[in-house]
Amino acid sequence: MQDLAGVVRVQAENFSPGAELDALLARAPGAGGVGSFMGVVRSDLARPIVALTLEHYPAMTRAAIEAIVAEAEGRFLLRGCTVIHRFGRLLPGDRIVFVAAAAAHRRAALDATSFLIDWLKTRAPFWKQEEFADGTARWVEAAEQDVVDADRWKDSRA
Amino acid sequence: MSSVRILYFAWLRERAGRSEEEVTLPAEVGTVGALMAWLGARDVELAEAFGMRRVVRAAVNQNFASAETPIVGGDEVAFFPPVTGG
Repeated sequence: MQDLAGVVRVQAENFSPGAELDALLARAPGAGGVGSFMGVVRSDLARPIVALTLEHYPAMTRAAIEAIVAEAEGRFLLRGCTVIHRFGRLLPGDRIVFVAAAAAHRRAALDATSFLIDWLKTRAPFWKQEEFADGTARWVEAAEQDVVDADRWKDSRA
Repeated sequence: MSSVRILYFAWLRERAGRSEEEVTLPAEVGTVGALMAWLGARDVELAEAFGMRRVVRAAVNQNFASAETPIVGGDEVAFFPPVTGG
């Protein structure tokens, strides 16, 4: 496998999207655009959560994300990309995931961003558990739509 | 006889009541599917969890696997629900 230009981090700590975008641009020569997506802890207005805990499979997580990054770099001719995924107990509004893709032109940057988050949703070994005010907890179920979104990329090799 | 390390995640971990275990397999247990049947026969909680087979996923040595994926001594086999990160 070729050396990845992408940066992958799996961490409990918060991150700064602005600093990450600056850092990505600084190591993405020839980039003409950067696409990015950030996922945050959502609290359902009808049934608010007090916290969201992300469990993962430490021995597998990083390699799984690197495989996704390698696929994105090949498909979209990226000049660089960044994927950060947090684990542990997070509160509503907290940042969970950040993906950014730098490419020569906007279409590749935006498509790669979509691709990265769609594949992360179905191929990175994380599980979310919601915690409610009454003390109960519930494991989030995988959404059928996530599979549909990930499958969009099956026949669209750029 | 060969020994494999089993890991459980998310609600499968809670159902199993443990996050990992080391088991010694009889020779005839050579695939992920056979391992699930064998584990289920020893543990009713796991059998019930695996009963929802449609939604149970597995990995062998940190790679996604299917029921047909072979397992050998020294492997690390993980069982978990469909992933929900991102």
